[in-house]
Amino acid sequence: MSFATAMHHASSGESVPERITIRDLKFYYGDTLALKGIHLPLYDRKVTAFIGPSGCGKSTLLRVLNRMYDLYPGQRAEGEVLLDGENILEAGIDLNLLRSRVGMVFQKPTPFPMTIYDNIAFGVRLYEKLSKAEMDVRVEESLTKAALWKEVKDKLNASGLSLSGGQQQRLCIARTVAIKPEVILFDEPCSALDPISTAKIEELIDDLKNDYTIAIVTHNMQQAARVSEHTAFMYLGELIEFNATDRIFTTPKDQRTQDYITGRFG
Amino acid sequence: MSRTVSPLYAGRKRFNAIAMALCYAATGFGLMWLALILISLLMNGLPGLTPAIFLESTPPPNVQGGGLANAIVGSLMLTIIGVGIGAPIGILAGTYMAEYGRHSRVTSIIRFINDILLSAPSIIIGLFIYTIVVVPMGRFSGIAGALALAVIVIPVVVRTTEDMLLLVPNPLREAASALGMPRSLVIRQVAYRAARAGIITGVLLAVARVSGETAPLLFTVLSNQFFSLDITQPLANLPVTINNFINNPDPNWKKLAWTGALIITFAVLSLNIGARALSKSRNSK
Repeated sequence: MSFATAMHHASSGESVPERITIRDLKFYYGDTLALKGIHLPLYDRKVTAFIGPSGCGKSTLLRVLNRMYDLYPGQRAEGEVLLDGENILEAGIDLNLLRSRVGMVFQKPTPFPMTIYDNIAFGVRLYEKLSKAEMDVRVEESLTKAALWKEVKDKLNASGLSLSGGQQQRLCIARTVAIKPEVILFDEPCSALDPISTAKIEELIDDLKNDYTIAIVTHNMQQAARVSEHTAFMYLGELIEFNATDRIFTTPKDQRTQDYITGRFG
Repeated sequence: MSRTVSPLYAGRKRFNAIAMALCYAATGFGLMWLALILISLLMNGLPGLTPAIFLESTPPPNVQGGGLANAIVGSLMLTIIGVGIGAPIGILAGTYMAEYGRHSRVTSIIRFINDILLSAPSIIIGLFIYTIVVVPMGRFSGIAGALALAVIVIPVVVRTTEDMLLLVPNPLREAASALGMPRSLVIRQVAYRAARAGIITGVLLAVARVSGETAPLLFTVLSNQFFSLDITQPLANLPVTINNFINNPDPNWKKLAWTGALIITFAVLSLNIGARALSKSRNSK
């Protein structure tokens, strides 16, 4: 079972610390129970992939981690999500501060209707007072990390909307990286992109894990296999299996996991 | 292409041709009236369109010449003050409804009432302002007229602001929130930017709507034969001047009324076209 699997895994020889610890997380859309008691660790500077058929709750789980659900009435979470030991589900948490620590990249690229430069500087200005020169450095740094600098360095004043879909998505990643979060959440970041852009984003995620703890929701099992160290398979609001990615894909313990990764359902 | 033209397909094509013809006819019928109005305005108003129109005030009865300068300036003042009061209120209310109160019952009640206000006869609004402003003040005044226009502007701007903000995709708001941006900044820096062209279009349409209103001004500003910039006194304005002059036997007044109608119509027309162009440029982006 999920709880035992996760705990077993966490205690058996993994020396990597947990950045986020999810304990008995229940999530409700109104009266509907969408997550039925999830236990899961996210290891520091590792990539954890959430896989499972549509509606299994993987995006919901991701959106709990930066409390994105708080934007909507009627959605609520119970249980514990510990970020560096602090329960982020508690009422007194400053959501803006939390979201500056836990960044998010969405399914569809969402550049703001402003210049490429401002798309990145915008978020930074919220939390840091930088001089123009320092900001220039930060913008270049972030775009370089997102593997976009070379393509846009001569048109930083062009609208963010003028970029291609793949470039827009890398701009969104640069924007997230610029505010120096600890954790980055990716919600199917490649599902609206072509294969070449997808490959670039995957390479990028591989680089980013040197600095950030990453959680990624994906429908693409090859992608999960390529980018993640750990994989969580979810089904109908439950965590069915959590393990090292190579173990999940080679020797799944649960029949449902095996059925899913071999394409028998979902 | 091995398929032959079946009777069914031929019938459908015929039906399509008939429907298209009816559509064109209906469009032509609508456009015909607009064309007739513009032609009669041009024929009757253009001869009087001289520099004097913009430089001289309305003449007393049975005096030749004169212009509409006082009425044009008065109308501009009323419109600018009216929109200046109404548009910010409308934008703020629309913002509340689309952003903060999107799921609340209050919003649906406000929306319902706003829709009623949107279709309220403007003469009722004139009477309303007459009762609460003109009577206590003891006289007709420019400010009363501007307030009446503001009451007409508000529902138009509320509606367009709410609609335009609702068109801003939610993922954009989520993305801004995900950077740790407080709600107020998400609205001002992201949602307003994305909806800017639409909101400005709404304000322009409101300007076009009020600049031709006559009824609410009759009970509030009345009119003024002289040039005046004092908004606490009756002000000359184009719609009421046209209304007064067109029914007068004096041919000079009649001519001025036609020219005033020409000016107002083309001003409104170009505002509408401008608003259209603006929303188009947004859509093509």
